[in-house]
Amino acid sequence: MLLAFDTSSAAVTVALADPVSGEILASSTTVDALRHGELLAPAIASALSAAGCTPRDLTRIAVGVGPGPFTGLRVGLVTARTMADVLGIEVAGVCSLDILARQSSLALPVAVATDARRKEIYWALYDGPAADGSRRRLEGPAVDKPADVAQVLSGLPVIGRGAVLYADALQAEASDLEYPSAEVLAAGVATGTLEVVAPEPLYLRRPDVTMSGGPKSVLPK
Amino acid sequence: MNEPLILGIETSCDETGVGIVRGQTLLADAIASSVEEHARFGGVVPEVASRAHLEAMVPTIRRACETAGIKPTDVDAVAVTSGPGLAGALLVGVAAAKGLALSLDKPLYGVNHLAAHVAVDTLEHGDLPKGCVAMLVSGGHSSLLAVEDITDGVQPMGSTIDDAAGEAFDKVARVLGLPFPGGPYIDKAARDGGDRLYVTFPRGLTSQRDLERHRFDFSFSGLKTAVARWVEARRRDGEDVPVNHVAAAFQEAVCDVLTRKAIDACKDRGFEHLLIGGGVAANSRLRAMAEERCSAAGIAVRVPRPGLCTDNGAMVAALGSELVRAGKAPSPLGLPADSSMPITEVLNK
Ligand SMILES: [Zn+2]
Repeated sequence: MLLAFDTSSAAVTVALADPVSGEILASSTTVDALRHGELLAPAIASALSAAGCTPRDLTRIAVGVGPGPFTGLRVGLVTARTMADVLGIEVAGVCSLDILARQSSLALPVAVATDARRKEIYWALYDGPAADGSRRRLEGPAVDKPADVAQVLSGLPVIGRGAVLYADALQAEASDLEYPSAEVLAAGVATGTLEVVAPEPLYLRRPDVTMSGGPKSVLPK
Repeated sequence: MNEPLILGIETSCDETGVGIVRGQTLLADAIASSVEEHARFGGVVPEVASRAHLEAMVPTIRRACETAGIKPTDVDAVAVTSGPGLAGALLVGVAAAKGLALSLDKPLYGVNHLAAHVAVDTLEHGDLPKGCVAMLVSGGHSSLLAVEDITDGVQPMGSTIDDAAGEAFDKVARVLGLPFPGGPYIDKAARDGGDRLYVTFPRGLTSQRDLERHRFDFSFSGLKTAVARWVEARRRDGEDVPVNHVAAAFQEAVCDVLTRKAIDACKDRGFEHLLIGGGVAANSRLRAMAEERCSAAGIAVRVPRPGLCTDNGAMVAALGSELVRAGKAPSPLGLPADSSMPITEVLNK
């Protein structure tokens, strides 16, 4: 059984699928940007029990590796890594923007833009779909201010939460595909139509550090 | 009945800890620390710590299992620090613990970090006394707690109203040009010929007036400033700063207040045991002074060995083990990471 989940966006999305056909046996998606840590494990447990499976039936785990806000993203990655390690199975990482691109049914090249917070977007550009539905990533993933990449994205349908939040700056029509779907992730990994990478987080930003200077003077001036 | 085999995970700050205990016997205590990545910033950078936890988690779990000579499937329950601590850091450990508990179909215990600092002593000295005062002193906490039964909770008696004790060590170390984390370096500088009576630095919240409102509370901010002021004045006048003496005198002021208030707390509760935990419990002067003053007051001191005083996974496993042995119900899979988990809550339900 293939277990798939993604926590790179405001959504916690989980799916259980046949590892060969990609047929979906159970799935759920909850949008709540602040509760990835609380929602993910119960959602996995529910999917397993809905499909009448136990964790021992899992043969592979697929996880979105971002880019996405760090705290939520790590919940998915650490869950995938620990589960896979104790179950002795493999983890397939997939760029979360690739999942969104794969969700589009348009027979055209598309752009994906998701919410990177701090008034920025994570984005990537994709070719039109091949016969098997896969899409080649042409540029990205990268993180930028919407206005700075509007030119690059112009003329393309833009998918993802970023297109909703920054419709004006991107001059894009908001699509109703806002968040990655674990169903699409599961099906894409099962059928080999999504590119698999190591389960390493795509942070795309260095950690914020405020360098502390020397000790401040405490003597009266 | 066989004693329960518990795996404990700790990620509340910059140490990724995985400990394994059977009953009150320590089998493994694996730690990966990101302290060196933080050293140049003079403090822990939360995002750096969280990233390091993610990378260290699986290797540290593996190392703990190897050392203990067990397979993860042998584990009877998984315990994890669910608070208090750095939110993003806690979340990595909690998610990992859920991944384990879920995969192994074993109960999950989300436990309080501070209570775990108390429970770790069971691994060294067996069952906790029927009533004791626990003094937890580290870079993140400075509290006096009354503990009757650790599995039922602890009662806060007092805590710092500004800096934690360990924080004061870090800041004073910086003033003296010693490395981070400051505790061990100040301890060493003091031992290398430092004169404890060279200067008398202020003892926070010990005046009669302060004691009325803050009998069991601490304050180290004024002390830190007094040291900085003293050092800076010396430098301004072009004089040498006797680092060893200043370190010793500062340390003396901290330990004096800590032990005085801890003993007062024991007397107030009628407890004959004082337990000291947290990173600052590794301080040699604090240990010596506590021994000396407590024995004069008829109080027995329990301090786990230094390796168990700092943050680690063994303390979490130890508390988990006490909770399992006491028959407490586990936490749900929806357990949140609670960065400000109240000290009165030992187990997150
Ligand atoms: Zn601690």
